[in-house]
Amino acid sequence: MADLQSQDYIRRSATNLTPPSVRHHELEVAKLIDVSRCIGCKACQSACMEWNNLRPEMEEFNGAYENPHDLNPGTWTLMRFAEYEDEQGNLEWLIRKDGCMHCEDPGCLKACPAPGAIVQYANGIVDFISENCIGCGYCVKGCPFNIPRISAQDHKSYKCTLCSDRVGVGLEPACVKTCPTGAIMFGSKDDMKDWAGERIAELKERGFQNAGLYDPPEVGGTHVMYVLHHADKPSLYSGLPDKPHISALVGAWKGVLKPLALAGLAFAAVSAFVHSIVSGPNETTEADEARARAEMEKAKRNGSAES
Amino acid sequence: MSYPKGTIVRNSTLTRVNHWITGLCFVLLTLSGLAMFHPVFFWLSNLFGSGQWMRALHPWLGVTLIVSFLGLFIQFWRDNLWNRDDVEWAKSLDKVLDNREEEVPPVGRFNAGQKVVFWGMALILPVLFVTGILIWEVYFGGATSIETQRVAVLIHSLGAIGAILIWITHVYAAIWVKGSMRAMLHGWVTPGWAHRHHRKWFQRLVATGSPGPTPDSTAKFREH
Ligand code: HEM
Ligand code: SF4
Ligand code: SF4
Repeated sequence: MADLQSQDYIRRSATNLTPPSVRHHELEVAKLIDVSRCIGCKACQSACMEWNNLRPEMEEFNGAYENPHDLNPGTWTLMRFAEYEDEQGNLEWLIRKDGCMHCEDPGCLKACPAPGAIVQYANGIVDFISENCIGCGYCVKGCPFNIPRISAQDHKSYKCTLCSDRVGVGLEPACVKTCPTGAIMFGSKDDMKDWAGERIAELKERGFQNAGLYDPPEVGGTHVMYVLHHADKPSLYSGLPDKPHISALVGAWKGVLKPLALAGLAFAAVSAFVHSIVSGPNETTEADEARARAEMEKAKRNGSAES
Repeated sequence: MSYPKGTIVRNSTLTRVNHWITGLCFVLLTLSGLAMFHPVFFWLSNLFGSGQWMRALHPWLGVTLIVSFLGLFIQFWRDNLWNRDDVEWAKSLDKVLDNREEEVPPVGRFNAGQKVVFWGMALILPVLFVTGILIWEVYFGGATSIETQRVAVLIHSLGAIGAILIWITHVYAAIWVKGSMRAMLHGWVTPGWAHRHHRKWFQRLVATGSPGPTPDSTAKFREH
């Protein structure tokens, strides 16, 4: 989508100046996915394809409910199914709607080298602006949730936009609108937290001691949150990271290395210049030529004396 | 190719063509790499048409560079082996930098500084090649884990900065020591140049009656 809200950025990839963000009177939004209410019908997955005009390639059936088997450039949200046997021996079917978490501190944006290819709006949504994307795949390395996918057709990176185009004109995301059980809610982040609190209390009453909200503080919180029955073990839900954080390697690469490298290069260039004006050029003199000529003649004389 | 009378061949035509292919690739790699490394350089992507073009070209330039550098390596490694003269030369580095080369112990075809440039590149470029392949999204994006690619991209940028630092030294030395550019552009140096900067190389050529660049390569690369 076009960047409808370009005066509204609070973060912009590969940009040293923080955007002025002149229209920042917006509420922070959030999508709340109540895993305990999801029936795995994939209506949200279809709605996403429909609204965003995505038709991912048909894949082989590989014996699991996941279809396709992973996120891809044309599948921005994917229902993941995990079978879990709890301590009492009950089988639980943990179904999670996977997709971009819209991190408050987005690793993808931190890693991206192309100015304005990834932006974050004042409402918290993290959006990929395709026309600026160069297809390097750095966002893939930056993301703690393994979300962005690079298209083999146009070499641009794709992921869930949180329907920024719909939200920008006051609509809820397509998945939220479609969900038949009300498992996906959308609103201000505060409201969503309140709502999650009520749901979690209910779940605890029903015996899920560890029910809780997934809003990981390591990435500053997320604008897509989950209500989990087992919030103590997020990884049960098809590998949802227990403690998602931007890799320290990415931190070093995009942090200390950049200024250090610039300083090093500038120092080398300036040193060379200073040396050149202090010491002057290193020129071969007529005396050098004379010495060389003398040695060559001496060698020739010796040579002819031998033969 | 013919050289002016009374001069010494420093670099054969093959070496020179090989060197400038390598140099062109390196410069383009540096420009495109820096554009992706730091936002202050991103405007350099315009030199390549667009960011997408730059991203696509960079690894191919890298592949060309590594093949081309292999050619230089084969031609130069023997004359870059470290020996006792290099230790003596390195000890007089202050005099070298102070432009008092007359007082510096004589060396062969390459001095210790040039050898450090050579072996530095010979070490870093293969590292850049391997890590570059690992982060080549189009072909190898799915070949390794994301964690591996994080390590690779960090090493690639570190290595690139190291290589560029070496390259700055290399280019500055070539500008500073007058006659070096001509040696790589047109292939020849004056006897005085050879005597001043690489006396043992000069003396070996004189003793064997070789026109250069090396006594043993005379037959192979004989050009005048
Ligand atoms: C030898 C073979 C090389 C290969 C296969 C290679 C490949 C790559 C690839 C795939 C990328 C990611 C961006 C893209 O997809 O275009 C990259 C980035 C980069 N390359 Fe290379 N490259 C090579 C050599 C070099 C050299 C010689 C330099 C400079 C001295 C260099 C400097 C850089 C820099 C600075 C980056 C950006 C790293 C960052 O974003 O921090 N590369 N390279
Ligand atoms: S692939 Fe595109 S969005 Fe991802 S880091 Fe590269 S330029 Fe940015
Ligand atoms: S989940 Fe990944 S792609 Fe989405 S905002 Fe966070 S870092 Fe970026």
